[in-house]
Amino acid sequence: MKRLLEEKITALHGAGGLVMEKLLLEHILPKFKLRAAGPIGLDQLDDGAVLDLPPGKIVFTTDSHVVKPLFFPGGDIGKLAVTGTVNDLVVMGARPVALSLALVIEEGFSFADLERILESAALVLAELGVALVTGDTKVMGKGELDGLVVNTTGIGVAERVIPDSGVRPGDLLLVTGPVGEHGLAILAARHELPVETPVESDVAPLWPALAPALETGGITAMKDPTRGGLAAALNEMAKKSGVGMEVDEAKIPVRPEVRGLCELLGISPYELACEGRAVLAVAPAKAEEVLRALECHPLTRHARVIGQAVESYPGRVVLRTAVGGRRFLEMPLGDPVPRIC
Amino acid sequence: MSELFSLRNPEWAERFRGLLEKLRPPRPVRIVHVCGTHEITIAQHGLRSLLPETVEVLEGPGCPVCVTSTRDLDCALRIAERGAILCTFGDMTRVPGTRMTLEEARAEGADVRVVLSAADAVEIARRNPQKPVVFFAVGFETTAPGTAAVLLDNPPDNFFVLVSHKLIPPALAALLSAPPVEIAAFLAPGHVSTVIGAGAYREIAARFRVPIVVAGFEPLDILYALALVLRQLREGRAEVENAYPRSVTEEGNLRAQELLRRVFRVGPALWRGIGEIPASGLYLREEFAAHDAQREFGVEGELGEEKPPGCRCAEVLLARAVPTDCPLYGTTCTPLTPVGPCMVGAEGACNIWYRYAGRPRL
Repeated sequence: MKRLLEEKITALHGAGGLVMEKLLLEHILPKFKLRAAGPIGLDQLDDGAVLDLPPGKIVFTTDSHVVKPLFFPGGDIGKLAVTGTVNDLVVMGARPVALSLALVIEEGFSFADLERILESAALVLAELGVALVTGDTKVMGKGELDGLVVNTTGIGVAERVIPDSGVRPGDLLLVTGPVGEHGLAILAARHELPVETPVESDVAPLWPALAPALETGGITAMKDPTRGGLAAALNEMAKKSGVGMEVDEAKIPVRPEVRGLCELLGISPYELACEGRAVLAVAPAKAEEVLRALECHPLTRHARVIGQAVESYPGRVVLRTAVGGRRFLEMPLGDPVPRIC
Repeated sequence: MSELFSLRNPEWAERFRGLLEKLRPPRPVRIVHVCGTHEITIAQHGLRSLLPETVEVLEGPGCPVCVTSTRDLDCALRIAERGAILCTFGDMTRVPGTRMTLEEARAEGADVRVVLSAADAVEIARRNPQKPVVFFAVGFETTAPGTAAVLLDNPPDNFFVLVSHKLIPPALAALLSAPPVEIAAFLAPGHVSTVIGAGAYREIAARFRVPIVVAGFEPLDILYALALVLRQLREGRAEVENAYPRSVTEEGNLRAQELLRRVFRVGPALWRGIGEIPASGLYLREEFAAHDAQREFGVEGELGEEKPPGCRCAEVLLARAVPTDCPLYGTTCTPLTPVGPCMVGAEGACNIWYRYAGRPRL
C-alpha cells in the first residue's frame, strides 16, 4: 500500500484526508517558493487566499489545460498552464501578481510525472516572482479523464488596460517572434513525425520581455496568438477594433524548419499556436521605441513589424503573399491540432 | 526545399505578372484546371490577384473525392453494412451517399477505416484474415497505380477492391463537349501528367482546338503555365505544352502505365455532377475477379440524387460556377458542416476557397 501511494496517484490522494494532506504538504507546497501575496496564502490551507494588491485595475483570467502529450519538446503541461495564464494577464497590460492552480488527476497517474510537472510550473513562477496563493486537487477514476487537467487562474494589476479592440487605422502591427512553434512541436510529438531539425515549443512567460514595451505607452492593442495562431489573433483584433489589416507575408517571422515542416504537412504556420509570442498594435509615432524596448530581451529580440491597420476591409485581414499576390487571411476553422494548450 | 522556395521568388512573380498583362486577352477567357493542388496554390498565394482582368481560372472536376458518384458511394455503404471492413481515404468518409455518409454508417456500427494507401488496406486484411476487407479505391491516374501494385503483389484472399478510379483526359474532353460554357484552355495536372505523360493530351488539344499546358504546383509554375496558355491564345495555337518538365515527360511513367494496363480495363464511368463519361473509368480485368468487391458482395448502387437541394457543386465541377456563386457557400455549407462534396474534399474548390479565401480579385 505504501509503495502504491508513492508511485501512483490513487483515489485517496484526492479524498481530503490524511493522505491528501501529506501529498499537499510534502510534495506540492514546498515546490513553490512564493506562496502568499497577502495575509493568507497557500501555507494556511484556508478556504481562500487573501491578497494585498498594488493600485491599478485588477485583471482576472482563467484557463484549463489539457495538452496531449503532457511532456513535449520545450516544455510540459505544468510550464504551459502557468505560462498561459501569466501571458493572458500580460497581454491585457497587467503585471501578474498571484495564481491559483487546480489539478484534476486520473487515478493511477505517475507520481514522478506529477512532481516533474509541478516543478516546471514552480520554476516559471519563481523566475517571475509571482505567488501561488491557492489551489485544489481532485482525483478521478481510471479512464474518466486522460491523465491530467490543470486549471490556473491569475490576478494581475494594470496601470493601463490594453484590450484586443484598441487597434486604430494607421497603427503598425508587430509580432514579437517567430510563429507556429508550439503548435508544430505538439503535432510532431503526437504523430512522431520524422523531423530533421527538432521543433521546440516557444512556451515562455512574456512579462519580463513586454514590461518595458508597455511602459512606452505606445501599445494600443495586444493579444497572444495561442489557439488559431497568428491568423486568429489578427482576425479577432481586426473584428473587435472595426479596422482592416494589411499584412506582408514576407515579413512574418517563421523559422525555416517550421516553414519546411508545415509545407510538407500542408498546414499553415499562421494557424499554429504560439505560447511565447504576442501580437501588438502600436501607434506609428511610438513604433521605434516599442521595437527598441522589445529588442532588449532575448525572447522578443526578433520582434518585427508585419503590417498596418487600415480603414478599408473593416474586420478583415489582407495578406500580401510572398509572391506578391493578395488574399484574405481567414479566421482558421479550428486548430489544425486538437488539444494543444 | 530551397529550390521549392525559389519558385516563390517575388521578383520573378512580378515579371510574370508583367508578361501576363502584355499577353492580356482582349475578351474574357475561362481557363480551367482540374487539380485540387493547383487550386490550393492559386488560392494560398493569392495568384488570381496577379492575373489580367480578362482571365478567369476555375477548378473543374479536380477533386477525386468530389467526383465520386453517389452510386459508387452507395455500393461502399452496402458493403460496409454487410460486415466487411471498409477502408478508404479520409475525406471519402464524409461525403453523403443516398442515405448517409460512411462516417454515419460507422457511427451505426459499420467497420469503416481511414487509410493512407491501398497497401495499408492490404495490411489490415492480413491482420484480420477471418473478415473480408474492402478497399474503396478512388482517385485519378495518380492513385490507381498504387491499387494496381497491391493487386499484382499477391494480396490475401480476404482482400477486395471496390474500384472507382477515374481518368483525367476523358473528363477534359467531356467538359469541352458540354456547352454552353466556353473553355479557352486547360492547365493539365502535374501529378497525373507525371504518370500519363504530356503526350496523353495531344489528341484532345487537336480535336477541340484547345491549348493544354501541363503545370507544376509552385506559384511560379502556375504563372509560367498561364503565360504559355495566353501566348497560345494570342497566337491562335492549340497545342500541348509542358511547363513542368522537371517532373513530366512526353511519354510519362511507363512502369506505372504498365501496372494500370495489367490490372484494369477502361470503361464508362459515372462522375458526380457531370454524369456518365465514356472510357473514363477503370475496371478490374477478369484475372483479378477474385478480388472484385462488387462481384463478391453482389452490390449495385442506385442512380441516386447526385446533389442536395440548393447545392451548386455540379456546376462548380463543370467549371460553370465558382464557389461563391452558390447560395449555400459559407452560410449553411462550410468545411465543418459540408452540404455538397466540393466542400467536403480537402481538394474541392469550395473547401479550398473557404480556407484560403480564394476570392478572385482583391
